Amino acid sequence: MHSIPSVRTYVIIWAILTIMTFVTFYVAQIELGPWNIVVALIIAFFKMMLVVLFFMNVKAESPLTKLFAGAGFFWMVLLLGQTMIDYISRNWMPGGKFW
Amino acid sequence: MADTHVVTPEHEHSPHLRHHFDDMEQQFDSATLGMWVFLLTEIMFFGGMFCAYTIYRNMYPEAFASTSQFMNPKYGAFNTAVLIVSSLSMALAVRAARLGQQKALQILLVITMIFGLAFLGVKAFEYHEHWVDMKVPLIGGHWDYHEAPQYARPAQILFCFYFFMTGFHALHMVVGVGLMTTILLMARRGVFNSEYFTPVEISGLYWHFVDIVWIFLFPLLYLIGRTKQLI
Repeated sequence: MHSIPSVRTYVIIWAILTIMTFVTFYVAQIELGPWNIVVALIIAFFKMMLVVLFFMNVKAESPLTKLFAGAGFFWMVLLLGQTMIDYISRNWMPGGKFW
Repeated sequence: MADTHVVTPEHEHSPHLRHHFDDMEQQFDSATLGMWVFLLTEIMFFGGMFCAYTIYRNMYPEAFASTSQFMNPKYGAFNTAVLIVSSLSMALAVRAARLGQQKALQILLVITMIFGLAFLGVKAFEYHEHWVDMKVPLIGGHWDYHEAPQYARPAQILFCFYFFMTGFHALHMVVGVGLMTTILLMARRGVFNSEYFTPVEISGLYWHFVDIVWIFLFPLLYLIGRTKQLI
């Protein structure tokens, strides 16, 4: 139906994912202040994109499937974004500052 | 009145083509799209927990950071690597199914299951350590946070998130292994060929989704706050 990716492609994606797991593990031991969370989530996001595009083969799927996969991500952005805009703007909450 | 419809003889269809689809490709795309719709409901399910986690982490940043001293990131990293290998073998299994390689498909499905079970084994071992460590909230007599008593109450919230999120993830892994068993039995019966491999493909999508959930759980539960010496 769709073009079949080569074994080589899958192994390269696996290698990148494994290397990034080590990177995120070691970077977490270094004090970066508020950037620790940012770096950890950027790496996690990049790993997710690799899995979605290559392992789940969304790269080669129909535009409609791409739209649905993107909708899931968009929904998460709305859920977390709108919720946190509310919470971090409330001075009476404990914590109050974002991490 | 002459019938202008061209009726395709029955034997020209793939035996797997349902009559309400035009061709195998449309049937395959519909199944994939349907699976993505199911995965969207799964994103909502886990998304709610991730959102609640974010709210409470924002409320009690120090207390949440202090709990990372009781998580072993080596187990977490090891399990991440195990799941990534299982995702690789799953992707290769789908590829083998597409190419009609029966033997390779069965072997790769078994490898996927073995790595899935290895993940669950490590997770069970970790749960046992938390139990011994007295870091299990809600169950009487198994919660103790004398290392940082000032954080004892909010730290309980994090451990609740930890057990619920990793617990539901582990439950999804168990379901995944069950799915793989079913697919393996179907593959052994010779159900799949290069023309019909939809169940392998959409089970693979589920497996990769569960992998993605762990890719986010790992940094959020094990890594954040490791550098903060709060205890």
